[in-house]
Amino acid sequence: MRLKTRGVLPGFGLSLGYTVFYVGLLVLLPLSAMIIKASSLGPSEFWSKVTDDRALAAYKLSFGSAFAGSLLNAVFGVLVAWVLVRYRFPGRSIVDALVDLPFALPTAVAGIALTTVYAEHGIIGEQLAKIGVKVAFTPLGVTMALTFIGIPFVVRTVQPVLEEIDPDVEEAAAVLGASRFQTFRRVIFPALLPATLTGFALAFARSLGEYGSVVFISGNMPMRTEITPLLIVTKLEQYDYAGATAIAAVMLMASFGMLLLVNLLERWARRAEA
Amino acid sequence: MSGIVTQRAKSAQRRDTQVGESMLVRVLLITVALGFLGLFLIAPIATIFSAAFSKGVEPYWTALTQDDTVSAIWLTLLTAGISVPLNVVFGIAAAWLISKYDFWGKSILVTVVDLPFSVSPVISGLIFVLLFGARGWFGPLLSDHDIKIIFAVPGIVMATTFVTFPLVARELIAVMQAQGSDEEEAALTLGASGLQILLRITLPKVRWGLLYGVILCNARAMGEFGAVSVVSGHIRGLTNTLPLQVEILYNEYNFVGAFAVSSLLCALALVTLCVKKVAEWSVSSRQAKRDASARALAVPASATVNLQGMIP
Repeated sequence: MRLKTRGVLPGFGLSLGYTVFYVGLLVLLPLSAMIIKASSLGPSEFWSKVTDDRALAAYKLSFGSAFAGSLLNAVFGVLVAWVLVRYRFPGRSIVDALVDLPFALPTAVAGIALTTVYAEHGIIGEQLAKIGVKVAFTPLGVTMALTFIGIPFVVRTVQPVLEEIDPDVEEAAAVLGASRFQTFRRVIFPALLPATLTGFALAFARSLGEYGSVVFISGNMPMRTEITPLLIVTKLEQYDYAGATAIAAVMLMASFGMLLLVNLLERWARRAEA
Repeated sequence: MSGIVTQRAKSAQRRDTQVGESMLVRVLLITVALGFLGLFLIAPIATIFSAAFSKGVEPYWTALTQDDTVSAIWLTLLTAGISVPLNVVFGIAAAWLISKYDFWGKSILVTVVDLPFSVSPVISGLIFVLLFGARGWFGPLLSDHDIKIIFAVPGIVMATTFVTFPLVARELIAVMQAQGSDEEEAALTLGASGLQILLRITLPKVRWGLLYGVILCNARAMGEFGAVSVVSGHIRGLTNTLPLQVEILYNEYNFVGAFAVSSLLCALALVTLCVKKVAEWSVSSRQAKRDASARALAVPASATVNLQGMIP
């Protein structure tokens, strides 16, 4: 089969060959090894491994806290993007730069820092303990860590869309008698919705697999605060390779589903922009 | 997240609108937004540095110069020193391929390049254990030849390379697609070879995107925790990278030590963010300059019509 190329520059064969070789060796080969290993288990064994009580509790915690964290990020992400794009205040560009911190900071460092801040004797945890809220070593702590991890996603997907919104549209709405809140709800928000959902999905996908920042703050009690990635590690440490692989396969399918959803959302967002 | 540098550079300047919120609403919204970031971003960073120096400078320095920590620093530098260059070469090849040509299967390739982003770090480690571990595909073969990959340095390098490999490619793809290939094609007609075009035209054009990609890839390579923790085996002084050292010190209740090592990694992250800001500024100022010169060169439509009318 001959590949149809459109482009006059040299180097197509070389760059294609190298890229496919590298991707195949480093990504596709290891991932397919895992899928083959998981499918060698046999349906009933696979099913019993991925649906035992401990695994179900872990999925519930992982999906639930990832959803809650991403939802929190969707709301505050739009707000932060709005404030950064529309208003000028001292330190704005520093704040703008810091939004990417969870992307660059090692997860283990984030984990111990969040645990120290939100533990019972930490600067914020102490205040929360007074009103009876326990964060560290509870599902709430898991949600906090996953919120931290997801901060950049919604802000960075919404920001460019917000910058592109034509002020004329808002002025027209105001001239036609809409209040500021009505303008936001009826004019601006619909334009931001595709980007917000994309950011939400990206944050959710990242949170599902997150490990380093969660293991310190969660306390890792089986059935209560054990996230799915930690369950995989626990099974590996007990040399239960089959069990670890089966649960990893479930998580992998979930991430592929999210990836597909993100692609569809991005296509929708592009169409909404055009 | 793709193309952070280009996206953000597009329109940094604000347009003043006639409509807007009242001062009170503005202050309220800014306060809530900053409060959210303060709780989740500022408080943790402040804690890292204050806990690291809580007992003064000397314990901080002692913690960093401990034997295990020093060997973790060396292993981290070695790991990043191997996986970052590999991913840079791959990133340039993949970005050239994806931004300069149209071919069947391109969108599939782009998706596959992004795959490691959506895979849990734990799974990224697991796949290498399944391949090279004692009971993995190549396990028996490796033990026959006395080669150790899992619970040894090669496994750490592989897992790190896997986790960080889209970073350079994504940045470059976005920048190169935004800039187009007009200059490259002009160079080709003037007789430049492919290598000359790459070295003299493309790479200088994308240097800020490339720099940010490299720095981010480096920060992530040095800070990877989940994947490395699965393949490393946690052998002190031998297979501990800096983030794993943080975990060990923390679990031993050596908080000054854990936060001292963390402060190094946090400083690296802050430097990465600074480089990104500088890259954005330089891209947007270059764009503004180009827009200005394009405007100066453009002949107004009416002038053209007049000229045509004057030609007998």
